[in-house]
Amino acid sequence: MFKRAFELTGEYILLMQRVFRKPEKWSLFGKQLILEADKLVMQSIPLIALISIFIGAVIVMQTALNLVSPLIPKMYVGYMARESLILEFCSTMVCLILAGKIGSNIASEIGSMRITEQIDAMEMMGVNSANYLILPKVVATTLLNPFLMLMSFILGLAGGWLIVYTTGIIPVADYMTGLQFWFLGHYITYSIIKTAVFSFIITTVASFYGYTATGGSLGVGRSSTQSIVTSSALILVFNLILTQLLLR
Amino acid sequence: MIAVQHISKSFLGKEVLHDINTTFQPGQCSLIIGASGSGKTVLLKTIVGLHSPDSGDVIFDQVVFNRLKLSEQKKIRQRIGMLFQGSALFDFATVEENIRFPMDFFTDWSNGEKKDRVDFCLKRVHLENAHKKYPAELSGGMQKRVGIARAIALNPQYLFCDEPNSGLDPLTAIHIDELIAEITQEYNITTIINTHDMNSVLEIGDQISFIHQGRIKWEGSRREIFHTNCPELNEFVFTSNLAKQLKTKTDIQL
Repeated sequence: MFKRAFELTGEYILLMQRVFRKPEKWSLFGKQLILEADKLVMQSIPLIALISIFIGAVIVMQTALNLVSPLIPKMYVGYMARESLILEFCSTMVCLILAGKIGSNIASEIGSMRITEQIDAMEMMGVNSANYLILPKVVATTLLNPFLMLMSFILGLAGGWLIVYTTGIIPVADYMTGLQFWFLGHYITYSIIKTAVFSFIITTVASFYGYTATGGSLGVGRSSTQSIVTSSALILVFNLILTQLLLR
Repeated sequence: MIAVQHISKSFLGKEVLHDINTTFQPGQCSLIIGASGSGKTVLLKTIVGLHSPDSGDVIFDQVVFNRLKLSEQKKIRQRIGMLFQGSALFDFATVEENIRFPMDFFTDWSNGEKKDRVDFCLKRVHLENAHKKYPAELSGGMQKRVGIARAIALNPQYLFCDEPNSGLDPLTAIHIDELIAEITQEYNITTIINTHDMNSVLEIGDQISFIHQGRIKWEGSRREIFHTNCPELNEFVFTSNLAKQLKTKTDIQL
């Protein structure tokens, strides 16, 4: 098992060496970058928005229902919701969701191209297929997913506000005070860095499994599953490492 | 001219090609025939550099291709066109974009020049009105034609076809064969075709190499194939009872 893990790591590094080369033509790279940004990031907005609003609302409800002591000010509901969202949900949880959504999309797309010889056709022409297919995906998700994280954060807070406003579970003014209480801008930076690193992991791991897919349509399905499992595990490990490095 | 010298190739300890030696001449359709699993596709992919040989050399017009650096190989690759077994058209692109793809990468032509070239290539394969269609909207025969159009987009010196007739009805298959033969002669291309279709052998096989269990067992022309004493080739060519009767009762002239 360890031997296989080392082999996979080596193959992954070799593939990345081919990915991170100067593009053959910058105009073609730019065109692909826009297409990938639309496909992988913009089209993820509705899903992330929906989940963020509902999770924000649920976090506020659960926190309010558990903070029953009269000694704890109600504004802490807003404060705790904000911290939960920015520290963990909007980066780690959103990226775990994206590992499923865009990870499977990338692995199956590149895997299908592999088994139908489309990648061979590119290589035959002298095109660096790894660079052409993977680099725009990596750049698009690593640069733009942090904006998705920020959107998720704002919508999560809005979801919390909505539940406070509609149910009156705590006073709206207390919720708003809590949102502004002891705000550390560094947490935003921390979350942006985490999202960028996780996005890099999701895209490169999914591309790797797609690019090395074998065995027909079953192989494509297998590569898609493996990419989700591996990138989810790596996200959890790197979450621990980055938290240790950035929040001490 | 393409020369293959002492090529051997193994996968996971299993030898797929053993000491292959042959040459392919320009202006001719050279066919590699053999049963499924005999090593035809591995040989073709080794010649074009998609597999690297364990030993031996592939020589394109006096240049030892497999010993070149990747950047140097790229220059030769731009002179190679290839038609894949499943056409390998890019799903994400229209017919026009598929044919433009190598031009976008390797030429500095203007959009007008590229469009003219796309029009020419599509006209050459008799698909004048297919520009905006996606591969999924085309029949198998049309996909093969677009594959040929893409293969000739940059005026290749070498054309490789991996089972161009697989999955096609006999009439369409003959049209594709004729098209490949016409293009080969018209532009004096060195064309190598993998096939196990005997119609192709009889129609366009200028030079035929029969490969059996990873070794070249016989080489000759389509006129000679019916009079060979090679038992493996006889078994391959005269598989059906009808063909066996034809061999014994008819003096076939090509």
